[in-house]
This record gives sequence, structure tokens and C-alpha cells, in this order.
Amino acid sequence: MNILPNLYTRRRIINAVGLTVSLLAMLFGLFWLCWILFTLLDYGLLALVPAVFTQMTPPPGSSGGLLNAIAGSLMMTLVGTLIGTPVGILAGTYLAEFGQRGWMAPITRFINDILLSAPSIVIGLFVYEMYVIRVKHFSGWAGALALSILVIPIVIRTTENMLRLVPSTLREAAAALGAPQWKVINFVTLRAARAGIITGVLLAVARISGETAPLLFTALNNQFWSSDMNKPMANLPVVIFQFAMSPYADWQKLAWAGALLITISVLTLNIVARVLFRQSATTH
Amino acid sequence: MPPVIFNEKYSTIPMFSHQARLKRQAVFDLLFRSLTRVSAFGVLALLVAIIVSLVVGSMPAIHAFGFGFLTSSDWDPVNDQFGALIPIIGTLVTSGIALIIAIPVSFGIAIFLTELSPRILRRPLGIAIELLAGIPSIIYGMWGLFIFAPLFADHVEPWLNKHVGTLAYIGPFFSGPPMGIGLLTAGIILAIMVIPFIASVMRDVFDVVPAMLKESAYAVGATTWEVMWQVVLPYTKVGVAGGIMLGLGRALGETMAITFVIGNAHELSKSLLMPGNSISSALANEFTEAVGDLYTSSLIELGLLLFFITFVVLSIARYMLYKLGQMEGQAA
Repeated sequence: MNILPNLYTRRRIINAVGLTVSLLAMLFGLFWLCWILFTLLDYGLLALVPAVFTQMTPPPGSSGGLLNAIAGSLMMTLVGTLIGTPVGILAGTYLAEFGQRGWMAPITRFINDILLSAPSIVIGLFVYEMYVIRVKHFSGWAGALALSILVIPIVIRTTENMLRLVPSTLREAAAALGAPQWKVINFVTLRAARAGIITGVLLAVARISGETAPLLFTALNNQFWSSDMNKPMANLPVVIFQFAMSPYADWQKLAWAGALLITISVLTLNIVARVLFRQSATTH
Repeated sequence: MPPVIFNEKYSTIPMFSHQARLKRQAVFDLLFRSLTRVSAFGVLALLVAIIVSLVVGSMPAIHAFGFGFLTSSDWDPVNDQFGALIPIIGTLVTSGIALIIAIPVSFGIAIFLTELSPRILRRPLGIAIELLAGIPSIIYGMWGLFIFAPLFADHVEPWLNKHVGTLAYIGPFFSGPPMGIGLLTAGIILAIMVIPFIASVMRDVFDVVPAMLKESAYAVGATTWEVMWQVVLPYTKVGVAGGIMLGLGRALGETMAITFVIGNAHELSKSLLMPGNSISSALANEFTEAVGDLYTSSLIELGLLLFFITFVVLSIARYMLYKLGQMEGQAA
């Protein structure tokens, strides 16, 4: 008679301890998020003066801004996305619509999932080997190319997932009206999956706009204003890296301003993508 | 008779153009299908191109050092002697520390999100954890270098020195000057970075457990904790392992955060508090400044090794997650 109550209490205590620990784990995760965001606001807001948006990156020991780096980042992200998105959507369409038979689709899916989390620094090395060495100089194009290689797997994955969510009855209805397959896919299925695919593209943009490693060996950096994609190009992540590691207080301050800008834009993109996806999910 | 000829004459023309139109659509179909096929093929070609270009780039180093590259701890640009042992150990040790911390925390977070959290909080908290994954790694690096490392050096490392560093067996790993930067710091920051990846996979796989299984366990009087350990975890263990491997893949290849806090010293030291080096941080720091073919090529071989290791780890991860997906399909 007195064994059972003991057993019950023990089980209840273990349960309570376990659940408390899991609550603590949750708080542990949130704690770092809050701490990092708080630090960024604390240091970044002070450093975020108008000059950041109007002046070029300064030489050591003097003040300046991040204008050329911001512009370079925007250009390379834009070009990278423009190269990567169509390829990603087409390949994702293949996986979802044409890849039911044969060996190619499963293997592509597998390889794509691996590329999705492959180390981005290796992608930088790859573009260096394939492009930078051949043209013999670092350039904005090389940076954009490296970023586009990061975009493709993300867009492929979301496109395929979103196309699979489109009910087959929709495809069958279009086919029954006599629409050829390319029209069914382009004007019915892809259109139905549009919001989801845009979400994927936004997430891809968010991912590449903070990427530093693949740009180190491709776009390098440029202290001056340059809109020539064929020359080394300033970009926020590499400037932040260089300035944060430097011993100069002015540079470090600019690095914090840049860090805040990048984080705000990445987190905003993430949140917008989720809201957009949620809205499309509720209207279906 | 004439009307028939008349009819035939008029009906063949539209017939002909209709067939032409159908044929044109078939051509468009073929074109579109080929276009998507070529794009998908591009992914395979990309992988092959990455491997080939890295192998070609590292050929000089492979010829010069052979397999000795993997076991040598030399890193001497002046005399052109290179070995990968120190960066490989650094990568494995930091990722190992990261997993030791991240696995239990991620498990706790996943339990909280699937079983404990009030329904309204579930989504915002899930998003908050995913935002942690969204923060660029360079931000973790900066924060680690300027905020975390000094605090760690002032408050945690002296304590570790005093209380853990004097113990037998594990002591030597935790003794050394409290500098803030080093393998342990890098491992902890990596842990924070991979927690969201592992936690969100765990949450997703916990969600696929059929409600009936859990309800049955609750009905015979199991506590939430027992349901998690004895029903949910056994059911999802393949997926959980896949999520952990996925996190490991991330940790191995992570570059910028590590580069800031690992200290970039090509020294082999027993202590985790000492600066070290990882494959990715060596690449990030030295590649653009490397002079000479052998130096560059050794760094590229490091990249090849990193790609190989992550490829294997991520393949295992994907295989496990696919297996869970198949199981889910059978249950349904």
C-alpha cells in the first residue's frame, strides 16, 4: 500500500522537474535572442547617424559612412536573387510536376537538400576557383554569382513544397478544359502557389543579405563608391567583418551601425515572409 | 457527290490548322519540360562542378603532402609546410561542444513548444526561436567578440579554472589563461546558433506523432514526461537523430561567428580555453592573403575536406529524415 503512493509521487516529481527544465530551455533560447537584439540596439542606435547613409567608408581613424557598402550589398543581393530565382523555380517545378518517375528527381532532391545547408564558405571558394581566377580579379559579379548559388536550393525547396500543396483537382480541371501542360503549370499551378513561392524567395533574400563568408573571396571589398559590377565591390557584411576586427573606434562604431541595419532588414524580411505565407494559407 | 467534295474541302482546312495548333502546344510542352529538366540537372552539375573545382584546386597540395596532410600539425607559410590536423580538430571540437549544449536545450524547447506552451503562445515562440536562426552569423561573431567573450573571461573562465581545472582527467581541458576567446567560447556560440535548427526539426517530427498514440498513453495514466520519453521519442528517434545531424552539419560549416571568437592560432593545445583554429576560420582569415600556390592550394584542400565532412554528415541527416517520412507514410 505504501509503495504505490511513493511511486506516484516519484513519477509526478520527475514529471514536474522535466517540464520545468524544458521551460528553462525555452527561456534559455529566448534569453540569447533578447540579449543579442538588445546589444545590437544598444550599440547600433548610437552609431546610426545620418552620415552612415550619406558618406563612404572612411580610411582608418576618421569618421564616415557606409553608403558604398549599402549600395554594393543591395546590388549584389538583387543580382544574386535575379539569377537564382528563375533557375530555382524551374528546377522546383520539375521536381514537383515532372519528377514522378525516373532516377533524376529523387537524386536532385537529395543533392539540393545537401546544398541547402552546405557551408557557404565553400561556395565562395568554388566561385573563386571557377570565376575569379579566370578573370584574374575580384568582382561584384563573382559575389552575386556566389549569392545566387545560395539562393537556388532555398527557392527549389519552397517551390516544390508549395506546388505539392496545390490540389491535383485544379490541374485536372485545367487539363480537362484542354489546356496543354505548360499552360496548366504556368497559369494554374504556379499561380496558385505564388504566395508560397514569394515567401521562399524572401527567405532566400534574407539568408543571402547577411552572408559574409562567400563574399570574402569573390566581391572582396572596396573602400570607394563603385557601381561597376566588374570591379571589387564594397558590401555590408565584409565591411562589418573588417571594421569590427580593426582596433579603430570609429570603424567599430560603423560596424555596429551596419550590424544593426543588416539584422533589422533580415528579421523584417523573415517576419514579412511568414505573415505573407500565413495570409495565403488562410485564404486557401 | 459535289457537296461531299465541297464539304471535305472546307473541313480539311480547319482540321489542318487545328492539328498544327495542337502540335505547336506539344512543342511548347516539350520546350517547357526540357527547360525545367535542364534547371534541375543544373543542381547536379553544380555539385559535380564544386567537387571537381575543389579537387583540381587542391591538387598541388595533395601531390606535395599526400595523406600526411591529414595528420600533420604543421602550418608554416614561410617554409611551405602545411597540415590540416589543427583546423580539423578545431572544427570537430567546437562542433562537439555545440552539440553537447544544443541537444538537451533543443529537446527542452521542442517539448515546451509541442506539449506545454499555451496554444496562443506556440506560434510567436516558435517564430522567436526561428528568428534566432535568422540572425546572420557575422552578428553572432561581433556579439561574441565584444560582449560575450569579455564577460566569459571575467566571470566564467576563472571559475572553470578554479573548480574544474583542478579535477583529475578533465582538468587539463579547462585550465589556462582566461582570455575569453578560444575553442570553448566558439563552441558555446555555435550551440546558440544551431539550437534553432535542431529545435525546429524536433518540433516538426514531434508533431507527426499520431495523437492517438499519445492519448492512449495519457489514458493509461502516463505523465507528460513519460509520454515524451516513452512514446514520442521512441517513435521519432530517427527524425530526432536526423535533426541533430542537420545541426551538426550547420555547426561544422559555420564560418564568421567562429572566426571572430576562436582566436585563430595554429597551435595544438589540450585546453579548451586556449585559442585554436577551425577549417572555416582558417579559410576566412588566410585565403585572400595567401601567397604562393602551395599555400592557396592547401587552403583549398581544407575547403575540400570541410565539404566532404559536411556532405557525409548531411547525407546521413537527410537519409534519417526521409526514413521518418516513410514511416509516417506507412502509419497513415
